[in-house]
Amino acid sequence: MKKVIALLLSLTMVVGMLTGCGGSSEEAAAPAPATEDAADAEEAAPAADGSVYYLNFKPEQDEAWQNLAAAYTAETGVPVTVVTAASGEYETTLMAEMGKSEAPTLFQVNGPVGLANWKDYCYDLAGSDVYGELTSDSFALTEDGVVYGIGYVIESYGLIVNKTLLAEAGYAVEDINSFETLKAVAEDITARKDELGFAAFSSAGMDGSSDWRFKTHLANLPIYFEYQADGISATDAIKGTYLDNYRAMWDLYINNSTCAPADLSAKTGDDSRNEFLAGEAVFFQNGSWEYGSLTADGAYTDDDLAMIPIYVGAGDEANQGLCTGTENYWCVNAFAAEEDIQATLDFMYWCVSSEEGTTAMANDMGFVIPFKGAAESPNLFVKQDTEYTAAGKVPVSWNFTTMPSEEWKNGVGTALTQYAADQTDANWDNVVSAFVDGWATEYALANGQ
Amino acid sequence: MEKALKKWFPVFVLPTLAAFCVGFIWPFIQGIYLSFCQFITVDNAKWAGISNYVKALSDETFGDSFIFTVVFAFVSTILINGIAFAIALALTKEMKGTNIFRTVFFMPNLIGGIVLGYIWQILLNCILSNLAQPLLALNSTAGFWGIIILMCWQQIGYMMIIYVAGLQNVPPDLLEAAAIDGANAIQTLVKVKLPMLMSSFTICLFLTITNSFKLFDQNLALTAGEPAHATEMLALNIYNTFYARSGPQWKGIGQAKAVIFFILVVVISLSQLYATRSKEVQQ
Repeated sequence: MKKVIALLLSLTMVVGMLTGCGGSSEEAAAPAPATEDAADAEEAAPAADGSVYYLNFKPEQDEAWQNLAAAYTAETGVPVTVVTAASGEYETTLMAEMGKSEAPTLFQVNGPVGLANWKDYCYDLAGSDVYGELTSDSFALTEDGVVYGIGYVIESYGLIVNKTLLAEAGYAVEDINSFETLKAVAEDITARKDELGFAAFSSAGMDGSSDWRFKTHLANLPIYFEYQADGISATDAIKGTYLDNYRAMWDLYINNSTCAPADLSAKTGDDSRNEFLAGEAVFFQNGSWEYGSLTADGAYTDDDLAMIPIYVGAGDEANQGLCTGTENYWCVNAFAAEEDIQATLDFMYWCVSSEEGTTAMANDMGFVIPFKGAAESPNLFVKQDTEYTAAGKVPVSWNFTTMPSEEWKNGVGTALTQYAADQTDANWDNVVSAFVDGWATEYALANGQ
Repeated sequence: MEKALKKWFPVFVLPTLAAFCVGFIWPFIQGIYLSFCQFITVDNAKWAGISNYVKALSDETFGDSFIFTVVFAFVSTILINGIAFAIALALTKEMKGTNIFRTVFFMPNLIGGIVLGYIWQILLNCILSNLAQPLLALNSTAGFWGIIILMCWQQIGYMMIIYVAGLQNVPPDLLEAAAIDGANAIQTLVKVKLPMLMSSFTICLFLTITNSFKLFDQNLALTAGEPAHATEMLALNIYNTFYARSGPQWKGIGQAKAVIFFILVVVISLSQLYATRSKEVQQ
């Protein structure tokens, strides 16, 4: 009996090992299905020399990418392997994968700062078909005339509003068009919190799963307005001109929230979303990527939701749009074999120009892609962004890609959390110092040597 | 028998040796080489000389985390071994249910560090919030004691088992002789049991000290070094050096820190082994 069990155990182990190791090669080696007619296969033959290995950044889109890759292989015979890094592990996975002989041919960086690591590995995409498909050059990651990366998805963030609750409180989305009006509405809701049964803002959690909404996304606004005022697009030393606005907004978030400001340090991203889903808060600062989880299982419909700009009381508020941009840039591995590079470029072009590719990116992945052939996305927040822009509002660009390092964000995050727990001027001075002095220090550390 | 052993020796040793070389020796040599380089991927490194070591040693956070780690290792080693030994003594007495207690005390060791870290984070935050104290992310004192409590909870059971085994191996004739000579419980413990247990102490001290220095999962999950690196231990500091900033220079510095870290741990644990080994008695 024992022998049988031992045998079974070792068998399962061996099988596990084989499948574990064989997974990718199996996929890569999958031949074009026999159903395909000969003419198609003939046509695609030149491209079929190479293969594509895409290291995907977004875990929530893994399945959609696998399907799209399979569809491409079926159509052209070019093997496409998609591997998705675990959430928050992209950089480490990429570093490990790039060291292998079968390195990714297509990978992602998150902007100029992320590019610093991978610059030497990026193939110059200038003149490629996929670059020609971009609707605007501003979506390319360019330095000194070299196109290192191409932004493939445009996302927006702002204040997600529960319109139903807002109406219960006696307001409409249209009533909020500046920081002053937002503040008035939020403080009125807080004053009547017990009577209404909900709070203004869902918890501004500073746990690692949520703090990026404030140390990165909200911090983008003072940086954006400073860049606008100074007419620059990056800097080695931030001045912090609009930090008072940042403080006013942060005060508003933490003092009109579902929980006490001192508890924020432990609140997670899920906590915040669940409060919003449970109807405990009217406003929820997040982005278009949340659309799926907010509408899943019929929690909310498009009629309940809206996204409004984050008004911080700076710039031209009447014409402020959502924060729209990208931190997802496609880069092609310059060290890959020539036929693999070509296969990768063909695959990218197919994704953003073919009927099947664009539909999958719009519907299955919920993306808005900045390419000429893009299909319309069903994502409400994305549609709203288009409406805002059509109405003449100017989107706030994503400047957090110029933040000097992760370390800088962590410094600001810690100071913000400290300030939330004890709202004194001294603690805010620490935020300012982390923001301004930290920027200069970190910039020097990242670029000095 | 001897002959057969000699004949088959390579067959049994080779696979393990090969795995050891591929999985440990080679990466180790490569790691030392990389600590002198600037690199992003390991096979594309540029020689940078000792500048990585200069920068690593002049990094204040590295020094701070070293001090934090040393204090932590000191406190946790004493607490874990003291409590584990006390429990082991209690559980080797004749009483009902000792096996159940041993199992219960051992169980926390079976849970992974990350999971434990998050569980304790929730528990400690609830307590701190009820006491109206700043939560873990803002409270370095609570963070320090939090990691201590967590490590004690996790490690005491394991060390206890080793001490229980040691106590059960104390020859009964020695104890009997001591009893006949009129030794009381404390005298028996100090003069007979402790000397016989020195080999258990060697292994337990070695494990707790090296575990404390190498601690990573629990640190990452419980406090993540917050607030502002105040509870960051050496391993987490190296990890952050590697990943928190972009640019090839940081990987080399992180690697240099890792080599320094390795030397530190080896020196400390070897001197501990030497010190306690010399006190062991042969039965």
